[in-house]
This record gives sequence, C-alpha cells and structure tokens, in this order.
Amino acid sequence: MALTDDVIKELELKANDIRISLIDMLEDAGSGHTAGPLGMADIFTLFYFHILNHDPKDPAWAERDRLILSNGHITPIRYATMAHAGYFPLEELKTLRKFGSRLQGHPERERLPGLENTSGPLGSGLSQAAGMAYGARMDGKKFRTYCFMSDGEQQAGNVWEGAMFAGNNKLSNLTAVIDRNNIQIDGMTENVMPVEPLADKWRAFNWHVIEVDGHNMRAVDDAVNEAKAIFEKPTLIIAHTIPGKGIKEIEFDYTWHGKPPTKEEETKFLKELRTLKGKIEASHND
Amino acid sequence: MIKSDQKLSPDIFGDIKKAPTRDGFGHGLVEAAKADERIVAVCADLVESTRVEWFKKEFPTRFIEMGVAEQNLATVGSGLANYGKIPFITSYATFSPGRNNEQIRTTIALNNVPVKIIGSHAGLSVGPDGATHQALEDIGLMRMLPHMTVIVPADAEEARKATLAIAKTDGPSYLRLGRSGTPSFTTPETPFEIGKANVIWESENPQVALIACGYMVYNALLAAKELQEAGIGSIVVDNHTIKPMDEKTITSVAQKCGAVVTCEEHQVAGGMGSAVAEVLARTNPVPMEFIGVHDQFGQSGEPEELFAHYKMDVKSIVEAGKRVIGRK
Repeated sequence: MALTDDVIKELELKANDIRISLIDMLEDAGSGHTAGPLGMADIFTLFYFHILNHDPKDPAWAERDRLILSNGHITPIRYATMAHAGYFPLEELKTLRKFGSRLQGHPERERLPGLENTSGPLGSGLSQAAGMAYGARMDGKKFRTYCFMSDGEQQAGNVWEGAMFAGNNKLSNLTAVIDRNNIQIDGMTENVMPVEPLADKWRAFNWHVIEVDGHNMRAVDDAVNEAKAIFEKPTLIIAHTIPGKGIKEIEFDYTWHGKPPTKEEETKFLKELRTLKGKIEASHND
Repeated sequence: MIKSDQKLSPDIFGDIKKAPTRDGFGHGLVEAAKADERIVAVCADLVESTRVEWFKKEFPTRFIEMGVAEQNLATVGSGLANYGKIPFITSYATFSPGRNNEQIRTTIALNNVPVKIIGSHAGLSVGPDGATHQALEDIGLMRMLPHMTVIVPADAEEARKATLAIAKTDGPSYLRLGRSGTPSFTTPETPFEIGKANVIWESENPQVALIACGYMVYNALLAAKELQEAGIGSIVVDNHTIKPMDEKTITSVAQKCGAVVTCEEHQVAGGMGSAVAEVLARTNPVPMEFIGVHDQFGQSGEPEELFAHYKMDVKSIVEAGKRVIGRK
C-alpha cells in the first residue's frame, strides 16, 4: 500500500482514535504511564496499520514480522493499537491493570496472543529481538524483527551488549526504534544521565542510524524502507517524539511519565483530542 | 547395600575413574543436537571450559559467541527460543544465573521460553579459583523461579543423560555443572528421569537417609559405607532434580529412616536441603542435618581441602548421620 496523503490522513485519524482509547483506559486503570504512550501513538499506528506484515486473526503466524517492545511500561499504547487492529475487542481495554486481565500493567507474552515478549525491566528487549533475528536468518526466514526502545533505557548496559552483538553479526533483518522523547522518571535524560551523542554511539557499534521526526508518518515509513535496503548492518531509527503528544498542557512535562489522568483531566483531554480530529481532517483538505 | 536396580559401576568402591560433569554435558549436547536441529549453543567466552567446543566443532553454524556479556547471553537466548530454537546458554554459574539473574527471571522464566541454562564451575569444587568463582547460591536462585526445572547431576554420565532430557522439555531449565572430576559411579544403564530421585543405597533397617546432589552424592555413598561398617544402616538418595522435587521418594525415605541428612555444595540457606525440608515439613517431619556451606564464602584450595574445612567431607557426613539419629 502506497503511503499517499489520503492514507496518511487515515493513519493520523486512527492514531487520534487510539489516543482517545488510551486516555480512557488509563483513567479507568487509575495507574500507569501517559506521556510515553501518547508520544508513541503515531509510530505504533503506522506499524500496525501500514508497516508490519501480520495477521490479527492469526497472531502465531510463523512468517509474521516480530515487534519486540523493550520499554514495557508504554504497553497501554500497544494494547490500544492492537485492539484497534482487531487482535481483541475494544471493550477489553477497560480491563487494563485489573485483576484477571490479559492486559497486565507490564506486558506478558503468555497472557495475550500477539504480544511477542514479556518486558518491564529495561534494557533487555534489543537482545531478544537480536536473538529472534539471528534465529530467523539461520533458517532463511524473510520476516523482519523490530524493537522499540526508550531513550532513558539507553543508560542500561544490556542495551549495549545487544547493540555490539547485532552490529558484529550484521543483523540487517533487525530494525530498532528509539523513542527519543528526552524524559525519564527523574527528569530530562540529559540531566539524569546523558545518553548523547546517541547517533554517534550507535554508529560506533556498527549500526546504520537514521534520525526522524517521530510524528511524521512519511518520514518514519521512509526510514523503515531505507532500513530494508541496508544489507550490511542493522538499522537504528532515532524517532524524536513529544512526550504527551496531542494534549498541549502535558506535552514535554516529565511529571506525566508515570501517572494516569484523573476523571476531570480525562474529560478535558478527550475534548482536546476530539477537537484535534477536526484539525487533522482540515489539514489534509487544504 | 548398593541397589542392584541402579546398575551402578562395579568399581564403585574400588579404583573408580573420575570425570567432571561438564564433560558429560559436552558429550550430551552433541548427542542431543544430532537428534534435534533446533538446538543451538550460545557461550560467553568460555568455549573450552564449558565443553561447548565439542558442539562448536561438530556444528559450527549452530554455535553463537557472545563474548563476555552474560546479560546478553540470557536475553539473546530468550529471543532465539521465542523464535523457535532450543538454545543452550553456557557460562560459569556465578555469571549465569548469577550476574544475569533478572534477565533470566523476566525474559526466560516469566516469558516461559525453552532456554537451557548451563552453569558450570558451580560449588566449592571449582577449587583454586576462589570465592568469586565458586557459585553457592545458584540452586536457590533458580529453584525460586516458576516454570524452571533445576537439575544437579552427580557424575558425568548422569550429566549426559540430564542434557538429553532437558533438550526435550518445553520449558526453561537450569543444569548445574562442576569443574573438577567426580567419581563416575553411574553407568549408561542407570535409570535417569527428570523429577525421579534415584535410591542408590539401602541397608536393612535404615536409620538415616542421606539425600545428596552433585559431587556430594559420592561422598554420601562413602559415608553410608562407613556407617554400615559401624553397624548403622542408611539410605542414599541421588536427588538430582531439585525442581520439580520427587516428593514421593523423599517422603518415603524419611518415613523409613526417621532422620535425614542433606548434602550439597551450596549455601544451606535456600538450596537442595531447604527444598527437602520444605517437603518434609508438610509430609513427614523428621530431624534433619544440613551438609553444605553455612553462610560463608568459599576460598582457594583443592576440593578435598575445602570439603574438609567446610565440614562437607565423608567424615562430616558420618558425624551428621550419628548426630541426627541421636535427635530422634
């Protein structure tokens, strides 16, 4: 499917619907993370509705692309996107973090088909993705493996062990995406423990590195396609995103890393997102 | 009284050959890999000493080198297993499952993928390398994890069989190996089944059960022989599977003897003996003594010197046996 302007408009509207589901489910849950999931809504939407070769009706399909989520705490956006993509009913989103739910506070592979991996403790997703990509290459499989990471997570040593391994083994069927939103629990990444120069670090580990605006669907899609054309190295896409994207008053505010909206905030935020819907439609009709 | 159904070596109390359990693993891995092409081996810069080099020679394209990166060892292993391979990840037990414990917990045990964790150079019998390399906590770490199978083979042949057995299970497993040679008292005909303890010695009117794993099983046998010579009957159990434990056999020998001594190369807090106590406290409480390391670290020395110092030698097991009988 070509990424025409009409398709992009549909994807942006879909991302907005997914953000609405996200705010709704986070308020219902009463705990959880808001900023990161909102910031990654565009990328998750683009992957599930345009990039990934997958089948929501057959999550175990052997030839599917694998999407490993390393920073498990943003899982609400994965759940919301999966529900919109048809993996499970939208109503189930209301069970997030509730007793007996398949939608655990941090994702567990065995509980929900399609999740691919269990994560929460940071730094270990890239190596799992590398293991999958390595195994797939041994067997001549054509599917691609993707790994989404956070930027704060770059402070964890396991990430660099995985980076060294994937670079050394030229795992070109592996593409990683870092959500570069500059925040972590204790503040701005560059104040807590600087991760820059990020692109240079990854290049030094023998990765092909592309930097993009993480809210520009075309730019992210182009970067993913560029990665498919690089056969000598794995590719890292540094996606610059806005934490809390879509809700002006919480954008860039690190205090929204790990808390959900209250009932009052939910009403206000949902109103803003519904207004945004009209703006998206208008922007594409110019 | 050696149990004849165990088909143990005829040289058991004579001029017995020795081989390290890591050798048995090395042979077993090649054998398992011939039968199942999904098996791959991953190693963190210890190809020779974990005996993975035999696999590497036979199957070079199925061997993956990690370098000194044990967190990566566990997590790449998780990814390989999640995709469909059966990875054997190998290192020293202090590093794996020591250093990478959280990665094993989250990405292997909770993720429930069939990664086979091989921890070599476990226990005091590492010897001269000293405390940094003598894993005394690994049984505890691994047996606390849901989904994990934990096996401590007593000799090289049992390690070979254990390797073949864990290659066939769907879940994660931990296999604990030693560096130094242990007496090869089992034979290819000796039965081995995961979760089925082997009763290898049984006297008439036994008064104490010696339940052991790993290197300590042979010491327990020697202790049983000494006790017999002193007129004290006993039962010796090769309790190779720490998890899932053979509760039926453990309970039955405790009932028969009325007293138990557990023997292991591990901290007594949290190890095989603790696991036995957890079973017997529920099913058939009896007085117990625990042979193992008591809240201390190891040190450099030859295995026999260390066993004597930490009261894990044959003499100490005999004394513990007499002591526990006196507590009935």
